[in-house]
Amino acid sequence: MIVFEDVSITYPGQDRPVLGHVNLQIPEGELVLVVGRTGSGKTTFLRAINGLVPHFTGGMLTGRILIDGRDTATHPPRELADLVGVVPQDPMSGFVTDIVEDELAYGMECLGLAPDVMRRRVEETLDLLGLADIRHRALRTLSGGQRQRVAIGAVLSTHPKVLVLDEPTSALDPGAAEEVLAALQRLVHDLGVTVVMAEHRLERVVQYADQIVLVPGGGLPITAGAPAEMMRTAPIAPPVVELARLAGWQPLPLSVRDARRAAGSLRDLLVGQQPRLRAVTAEQITLATTTDASVRYGTRPALRHVSVSAHAGEIVALMGRNGAGKSTLLNALVGVGPEPTGSVRVNGSDPRTLSGSELVHAVGLVPQEPADLLEATTVAEECRTSDRDAAAEPGTTRALLALMAPEIEDGIHPRDLSEGQRLLLVLCIILAARPPLLLLDEPTRGLDYPTKARLATALADLADAGHAIVLATHDVELVAEIADRVVILADGEIVADGATSHVVTSSPMFAPQVAKILAPQSWLTVQQVALALDESEAAG
Amino acid sequence: MRLDARWLHPGAWWVWALGLAAAASRTTNPLLLLLIIGVAAIVVQARRPDEPWGRSFTFFVKLGIVVIVVRIAVQLLFGAAVGTTTLVELPGATLPTWLAGVRLGGDVMLESLLMALYDGLRLATILICIGAANSLASPTRLLKSVPAALYELGVSVVVALTFTPQLVADVDRLRTARRLRGRRTTGMRAIAGSAIPVLEGALERSVTLAAAMDSRGYGRRGDIPRRDRHVTSALLLGGLVTACIGVFGLVSADSPVVLGLPMLVLGTVATVIALARAGRSRVRTRYRPDPWSAPEWWVSLAGASTAVAFSVAAWLGAAGMTTSFDPPAWPELPWFAVIALLIAATPAVTAPPVPSGDSSSGSALADRGTAPVQMEVSA
Repeated sequence: MIVFEDVSITYPGQDRPVLGHVNLQIPEGELVLVVGRTGSGKTTFLRAINGLVPHFTGGMLTGRILIDGRDTATHPPRELADLVGVVPQDPMSGFVTDIVEDELAYGMECLGLAPDVMRRRVEETLDLLGLADIRHRALRTLSGGQRQRVAIGAVLSTHPKVLVLDEPTSALDPGAAEEVLAALQRLVHDLGVTVVMAEHRLERVVQYADQIVLVPGGGLPITAGAPAEMMRTAPIAPPVVELARLAGWQPLPLSVRDARRAAGSLRDLLVGQQPRLRAVTAEQITLATTTDASVRYGTRPALRHVSVSAHAGEIVALMGRNGAGKSTLLNALVGVGPEPTGSVRVNGSDPRTLSGSELVHAVGLVPQEPADLLEATTVAEECRTSDRDAAAEPGTTRALLALMAPEIEDGIHPRDLSEGQRLLLVLCIILAARPPLLLLDEPTRGLDYPTKARLATALADLADAGHAIVLATHDVELVAEIADRVVILADGEIVADGATSHVVTSSPMFAPQVAKILAPQSWLTVQQVALALDESEAAG
Repeated sequence: MRLDARWLHPGAWWVWALGLAAAASRTTNPLLLLLIIGVAAIVVQARRPDEPWGRSFTFFVKLGIVVIVVRIAVQLLFGAAVGTTTLVELPGATLPTWLAGVRLGGDVMLESLLMALYDGLRLATILICIGAANSLASPTRLLKSVPAALYELGVSVVVALTFTPQLVADVDRLRTARRLRGRRTTGMRAIAGSAIPVLEGALERSVTLAAAMDSRGYGRRGDIPRRDRHVTSALLLGGLVTACIGVFGLVSADSPVVLGLPMLVLGTVATVIALARAGRSRVRTRYRPDPWSAPEWWVSLAGASTAVAFSVAAWLGAAGMTTSFDPPAWPELPWFAVIALLIAATPAVTAPPVPSGDSSSGSALADRGTAPVQMEVSA
């Protein structure tokens, strides 16, 4: 279905190709997972499939890409639209109309399908993706998962033979992600659609893949193969695979189900041991509290009577569906957004009454779009203004950045940084004022495993230094790794608040893979298991 | 008669509203003008969708009030003295003749006040009628009904319409971001500081959207010979220019007759032919175009008949169409106008009710599929 013949792609102004000498064949009806670090050329690979690269972006393409026999060199994206459907990373950015039903029909209108065919296919698509009861809704009122499904439906209605998705689940909560993946599964199994998908959250998708394409970046050759084969040696792997490598299971399990079957002996080995937890400072200094806080957007309540607190040296994870009120709670703690009823206290004072400089010294928030905070044209200038804003010693921000992301150069424009680097830069800017309370809103969205690991280490160090950290996230594996306490929000109310091991293991939706594999024991991460095995070996 | 909920063709709402506006322009009778506003308000109340544009009616009502106030203020400040009944005595001055002899201030006369009030009310009524059309007809649905040849233009307008609210949201987000860095969120420097990120964001979004539209097949051309396309464009452009000349000829009193009606007809015919040609040669089709059936006919006829009734009455000089302000007289209420306005109000019942878009908002949680099943794991 998709054939790459000795393909190299070079962007204008660069001397090295992003992708070099790619030879690849993707047969019909396969689900292909594209993995690789941020900036390795994954997106370039995906966009080359429908000719957006180089027709839209510019650049040099040598070799041949054939999609069902059509050469992308002679067919611009619009002439491939009947064959390849592309779902962009942020579905909202690709919507042309404003109503669900119209959006589903838009692609077919462009292709000039007959009205009765369109009518029938819209109904089919609505059913296939479970969108029937939101067909008349305005797109901007939809939740993240619904938007993603509409975006998939919008390209699916034209019956493409190939579906290309760029990180379809990265912004979604675990439930919504499962819903989208289930829909994709159905397309592959029932309709024989070839799906090519890039995703950082391997733990969510690797079990569904028929083939994995590893894009190593830096112009190195692309490798492809069966998932079990590729995962044996891949530098990045989901926890289930890491645990299997640790325990030496053969054949390599990719799903929790397969791993559980192999895990009997490991569970026996671990009996009687307890996971070692990060020590939290004994004296509990409360840095932030909300008491009976409620927030409304217009008439819609976003938070209802929430009472929660965060203590020094503690990492609290806020979890819950998209739209459950996580961001609203974080915003209330820094005093932005609609004014809450009830009381919000940060370090003893209401954040709304604080002046700008008092605020940054009391609490810092890394928002969902970290780039919003960046205004300067170079990293060095951004660091200088940050020192000024924080009234810190000149060079403070720069020194923090050198510690967290030593590879970032001074002269680079913040927009040219990768998503993860931008996040770390913003984190350093916020930390320049040394706020005792640090809030992060979905920090791991779109981050690859190495960057995520770097962030996790940085956050653990900060908590050890006495910062209270509250992070809103959908990433159960990150939560398992670093959070001491988990607060689950649903519909603006707190439904669970307790120690991580207790809260996440009691719900399959929020349980990390290791917990699912080793239940009923309460292990959360591969690292904990490795430590325990080392100790028992040393003892025995 | 029970009507199924559906969207009325936006063109029908516009015909109806412009009919009301045309009727308003034919009278200075304040009672009739207020009745027209009332009719517009009743229909809007009955058939307004619960969407952002649906709330624009109140904005137009406020705008109308501003228009009346401004009109009266201008009359009091600069207007020539009309009438004899002095209400309030105020000092005034007449500028010298080389400044056109404009009168400033002066006594407030009942007659000139009434003149300004009637005049302002008429203008306000016309505005409110347009506001009614605005809140009843979805702008995007109206654009869906533009001729196929103007489709590209329509898409640009739709995209611009959705971008504006996003731009506002961006400005809001960046203000929050400035607060997070401990900076001032008001003042010139704050605005200047956030202007560049907002524009950058908008540009980035346009590029993403353009890529998305391209990959979904926007701008696919069928196998139309280049010559045919050029002929169509030439015909369209020439037709529009000719029609404009025709309109100018009709309006200006002392231009030759040839420039008037004949040019207008010629231009219109050329434009229609060009649009039809372009429409035929398009690849794209339409999904569920809004039908034009009985309710559409009824709504547009209700508006048009009111316009005709008022125009004929004004042309015949029927009593009650104008209200005298010098000397002041009580406005009459002509029966034929009342009947015409009753007909104009019928769309409140005869137009189909709007489909409620939020019929499923309650199930936003339900359609999430699996509710988290409680699985007790005891350690």
